[in-house]
Amino acid sequence: MHKGHTWERVITAIPYLWLFLFFLLPFAIILKISLADPVIAQPPFTPMFDEQGNLSVSFDSFIFLLTDKLYAITYFKSVMLAASATMLCLLLGFPMAYGIARSEPTTRSILLLLIVLPFWISFLLRVYAWMGLLNNYGVINNMLMWIGAIDQPIQFMYTDFAMLIGMTYSYLPFMVLPLYATLERMDLDLVDAAQDLGATRTGAFWDITWPLARPGVIAGCLLVFIPAMGEYVIPYLLGGGESLLIGRVLFDEFFVARDWPLASSVAIVLLLILVVPIMLLQRYQARDAENA
Amino acid sequence: MQHRSRFLLTVLSFGYAFLYIPLISVVFYSFNKSSLATVWGGFSLRWYGELFRNDQVLEALALSLQIAATSATFATILGTMAGLVLVRFGRFRGRTLFSGMIVSPLVMPEVITGLSLLLLFVSLQQLIGWPAQRGFSTITIAHTTFAMAYVAVVVQSRLTSMDESLEEAAMDLGCRPLRVLFDITLPLIVPAMVAGWLLAFTLSLDDLVIASFVSGPGGTTLPMYIFSKVKLGVTPDINALASLIILIVSVGLLLSWAAMRKRSS
Amino acid sequence: MIEAANPDSFIRIRGVSKHFGDFVAVDDINLDIQKGELFAILGGSGCGKSTLLRMLAGFEEPTSGTMEIDGVDVTRQAPYERPVNMMFQSYAIFPHMNVEKNIAYGLRKERVAANEVDERVSDVIRLVQLDDFRARKPDQLSGGQRQRVALARALIKQPKVLLLDEPLAALDKKLREHTQFELMNIQDELGITFIVVTHDQEEAMTLSTRIAVMDRGRFLQVGPPKEIYEYPKSRFVADFIGTINTFEGRVTSAGDETISVDCPDVGVEVRALCTEDVKVGQDVCVAVRPEKIFISREEPEEDEGVRVRGIVDDLGYLGNLSLYRIHLETGRMIQVSRQNRRRSHKRFVEWDDKVWLSWRPRSAMIIQGDD
Repeated sequence: MHKGHTWERVITAIPYLWLFLFFLLPFAIILKISLADPVIAQPPFTPMFDEQGNLSVSFDSFIFLLTDKLYAITYFKSVMLAASATMLCLLLGFPMAYGIARSEPTTRSILLLLIVLPFWISFLLRVYAWMGLLNNYGVINNMLMWIGAIDQPIQFMYTDFAMLIGMTYSYLPFMVLPLYATLERMDLDLVDAAQDLGATRTGAFWDITWPLARPGVIAGCLLVFIPAMGEYVIPYLLGGGESLLIGRVLFDEFFVARDWPLASSVAIVLLLILVVPIMLLQRYQARDAENA
Repeated sequence: MQHRSRFLLTVLSFGYAFLYIPLISVVFYSFNKSSLATVWGGFSLRWYGELFRNDQVLEALALSLQIAATSATFATILGTMAGLVLVRFGRFRGRTLFSGMIVSPLVMPEVITGLSLLLLFVSLQQLIGWPAQRGFSTITIAHTTFAMAYVAVVVQSRLTSMDESLEEAAMDLGCRPLRVLFDITLPLIVPAMVAGWLLAFTLSLDDLVIASFVSGPGGTTLPMYIFSKVKLGVTPDINALASLIILIVSVGLLLSWAAMRKRSS
Repeated sequence: MIEAANPDSFIRIRGVSKHFGDFVAVDDINLDIQKGELFAILGGSGCGKSTLLRMLAGFEEPTSGTMEIDGVDVTRQAPYERPVNMMFQSYAIFPHMNVEKNIAYGLRKERVAANEVDERVSDVIRLVQLDDFRARKPDQLSGGQRQRVALARALIKQPKVLLLDEPLAALDKKLREHTQFELMNIQDELGITFIVVTHDQEEAMTLSTRIAVMDRGRFLQVGPPKEIYEYPKSRFVADFIGTINTFEGRVTSAGDETISVDCPDVGVEVRALCTEDVKVGQDVCVAVRPEKIFISREEPEEDEGVRVRGIVDDLGYLGNLSLYRIHLETGRMIQVSRQNRRRSHKRFVEWDDKVWLSWRPRSAMIIQGDD
């Protein structure tokens, strides 16, 4: 090919520069500030080079993060909650995706549309919808009291349970869609062939369907787990004041406590936790793009 | 088979009920006359009326729409360029970094993207005095950055599935490469660009977290306004607002779905 | 296998190689093609034929070597500057333009005047018989019609050379035969030099005036179809074009025209016509095409060729001919084919029948060389 046209370089340079300036550079800045000390000033952190031009780097924020029990609990709880939501999404999403992939073409496209629809409705409003259901005087409690199952409202709101429901609800489509994509591609004859060769229906599922669906399972789980880890809206609206999830702590540390170095360190540690899942996901997506 | 499909049917019904009951209940309570959001007080359109008289809502909506349209347009231009670079321009120095930067915003938790961009804007302000004020411009830049990744992915997959010999044929027939881009490549990826624009527009309209980070006083987008209200609990006028959004999205999506089905049959 | 340099050849390829990293796709190719030839490059997938074609079109730049067309060095010319047009395997018809716009595209790029464009488009549309489809969009065309649009689009610029990448691969068998002859007629009418790349030996044999058999980036043999079939220079070529029985052996005597070879596989001495220089004691390979072997129940009359006994191991009826696999007493299996001239329910021979095989010395060929 005849390469190196000027216009090709221009077309390359424009998005490159944009991403460099607004994606890469900001990360360098986070890293820089995480190594500073907080001060009461504007901006509220020590410069990287003092007046004499000496490098001043402080790991205090990271040391604080690693030694403070509260942060350990917060990270642990975030991981547990995100992992539980991922499992719930998988348990519900897999049979759903399977059912959609095996339905009639017309029904299938309607069912898919209904999965995609919530995507386009504001995330915030979908979480908000649950507030109306889970409230002490919300739809669910009203219903339960009306049928006489309980006589005191159950405290759903501001519990881990509410956050779990919220996460499962919000991220379910992220699980169903990649699962559907792999299941739909799967040749149905394979399952028939396995049964023809003597596998039971359950056997054929574990021997054929599950291994072939694995790429979709992995992608779906990562697509749920990664954003759930950094979730901010759900702990705020459904988790109440005491709910310490990492996304919310980061926000509060920055805007309420105004400890920028600590907030930056929190972000970097979160990123470190997510590095492996993120790279897994990117590898999967690259492979998927090749196969498609 | 009977047993199996009954199980699937049950799960599907439960799953869709789970997805839609909350939305339906919001729409239902938006017609509630009572100002206590969850106590039924009879049918009324009162809250819709109040919504349209609420200047704060209208202002926030206008700002959100402006930001969404602007950032979607920029994101489509930049994302299309990026998609072209990745699929068609072959290898060049720094390509790995480039493709890494393109896909990373897709998987980056919003709080991190938001915080990093805010810190950038603060640093820039100290260094060069820009942006003097955070709001429209900073949110637009932030939304452009993460939405261009989505556009790039959509354009990229369209380009990959496109027969490269179409472009070679044009060149073979005497067309210069830059002209090929306008004669052949761009017309064929227009659907992907439109889809990308819509996606970017929606993402921008939806975003709360990143906007909350990079916005300043006065720059209140619609999600930010809604969030500030619902932090305190369920309110009937937000129910009305949510219902309107659900209605608009559903109708829009249904129409495009019907159009797509008609075209494919 | 360097051909004698021809001073007035129309296309001249000299020492062209193409490397992709460590992989050598095209390895030092030399080729001369005359004006008006219909030249076929034949080879399996990955043999480098498409890369060679793409270098002629200008989509790949040779790692080394030069290419001239009509006396002009085009090695470094961009595709849009070359007097060459290509018909793509996928046809590459622009989906957003109708038939007419597709065909006119090349002329528009040349900035030909509008009325001349119209005239030439009409001419070429008539040539490929697409008059009724001018305004159709590509997705409303059948496979054969798309093929003709692609052909018309490439022809309209009156290129010096037309490159065709697997021109018939996407068509079904009936249409393929019909189109084959149509292509030949058009080529005959316009006198444009055609270079066809194909993996289909039948296509290459019927279409072309000359064939180059290619393997692993090199030309193994270049010549007219008949020569390639009847006088293959290597086992690969013999095997690639049609079916062939080959026997290893050692030369026992060499006369002026015929030689005798002792082939342990056959069990008897094989006499074969040989014009090449072969010495007694040399190891050679004797090759016989299945249709050149006679099969009979009775012992054939004495002749100076080969007579050998065997048992019918398998037979297959193909309609116009029947195929037999004969088990020789030495254990060797031989393929024989026989025209079914007569209409009959009865089989000529049955499984496990004892039969005689025979062939004439001039039917057998001697292949020297290692592969």
